[in-house]
Amino acid sequence: MVQIQNVAFGYDAARPVLRDVSLSIARGSVVGIMGQSGCGKTTLLRIIAAQYLPSSGTARVLGELTAELDRDALYQMRRRMGMLFQFGALFTDMSVYENVAFPLREHTALPEDLIHDLVMLKLEAVGLRGAAQLMPPELSGGMARRVALARSIALDPQLILYDEPFTGLDPISFGVIVRLIRELNDSLGATSIIVTHDVQEALGVVDYVYFMADGRVIAEGKPDEIRASREPFVRQFVNGELDGPVPFHNPAPDYAAELELTGA
Amino acid sequence: MSLAQIREHARGRLERLGNAVTSHVWRLGFASRFLFYLVAHSGTALRRFRLTVAEIYFAGVLSLIIILVSGLFVGMVLALQGYDTLQRFGASESLGVLVALSLVRELGPVVAGLLFASRAGSAITAEIGLMKATEQISAMEMMAVDPIARVVAPRFWGGVLSMPMLAALFSALGIFGGYLVGVQLIGVDAGAFWSQMQAAVDVRNDILNGVIKSVVFGIAVTWIAVFEGYDAVPTAEGVSRATTRTVVTSSLAILALDFVLTALMFTGGKST
Repeated sequence: MVQIQNVAFGYDAARPVLRDVSLSIARGSVVGIMGQSGCGKTTLLRIIAAQYLPSSGTARVLGELTAELDRDALYQMRRRMGMLFQFGALFTDMSVYENVAFPLREHTALPEDLIHDLVMLKLEAVGLRGAAQLMPPELSGGMARRVALARSIALDPQLILYDEPFTGLDPISFGVIVRLIRELNDSLGATSIIVTHDVQEALGVVDYVYFMADGRVIAEGKPDEIRASREPFVRQFVNGELDGPVPFHNPAPDYAAELELTGA
Repeated sequence: MSLAQIREHARGRLERLGNAVTSHVWRLGFASRFLFYLVAHSGTALRRFRLTVAEIYFAGVLSLIIILVSGLFVGMVLALQGYDTLQRFGASESLGVLVALSLVRELGPVVAGLLFASRAGSAITAEIGLMKATEQISAMEMMAVDPIARVVAPRFWGGVLSMPMLAALFSALGIFGGYLVGVQLIGVDAGAFWSQMQAAVDVRNDILNGVIKSVVFGIAVTWIAVFEGYDAVPTAEGVSRATTRTVVTSSLAILALDFVLTALMFTGGKST
């Protein structure tokens, strides 16, 4: 479904964000890409979504090499793909109903009563049929994300990408999103990729995990293997330890020199 | 300061000047490519015209209050000032001509354009910039919907179509304001006011040239507004800066274009 081979990428040549990343994601699985903020995982998701092209290496997504797609082919591919953004990215000038109907209206010529039925079906799947007429500012963070999820599955995608889907959610909303990711993946027969740093929570829903640090995949495996990993970075990250391979302090000049205490 | 230091200082300044010029030229080129792409991908905005109609409402109808009130007051002040000068030469009957020509040729398009840039241009930039900052533009791209065709083009055409209508209404209300003050308040003869205006204002040389100006200003302001919004740095500060740039750049563009167009249209005291 997704094959990334030796991909490197940087927003400018001097600072590479990804260095030689390779991974392969099988059809039907829910895969987590985890790591610290700034490790390159969101950039990797954007490479998979073909928002960026790799500066070297190849990304094959849904059978297509992203670097070879022209605009029309890229849009054809994205119709088979859904993406949930970190804070939902709902269109604020449209109601919940219109947000979910948006991809259907843009890409199909379905009659209005069929669009209504499909929108209600998707909203029912995320438990928000009753909120159809609300506007996005009236929704809580968790509800907004569920509406965005309904919108991203409106065209029954084969691949669903989640960018930090758990950030800022209360435990109940969080549980709902976790359950929905699994249920929707299995009922649609889709493949899901979750980018997150909420490790403990995500390990409960994914089938396979890639761990990233400093632009590279440093560990991979099933959730149980990750929990039992002896890799120091993975242990520090999974257990949330303060010090380890990732130091508590950012690199900084000498503390005493900064406070002008030297020589005093 | 040694000679070498002076030379180094001068070179630094020259480099900065060169960089500033290059970056402005580069940005202008980028904005031009954006405009070509936008026009080439305007099919959705024209085919699904209700998208454009909604933007005509936001850019045009919601700007009506400020345009109409400003037009009325500008016309009234013109009549007061104009009468004061004209009556010294015993030409107060020409007040209608003065008010109408000033408005139709200059003040209508220019002042309506400046107000349009502040009211509608800033709103367009802020809206597109905030859509970008909240990832709504990215979400649209991920849904295989071209945001330039779906979001930018309807706003562009909505603005371009609204501006000439707003300028026309500004001039109409201005003339009415001139009539209220000149005829009703000061007592200039109503027949002379209207008939001299009718005789002196030429459809092609005055009204059409005014319409051409308002169309050009409409294109310039809306182009700047949509480009600044789409190009905004997607943060609160970035959107605020982009909004300010829209108002400043489009106001300066209106004044510069007005000079060029006036020079082309009314050269050597003769209307072309």
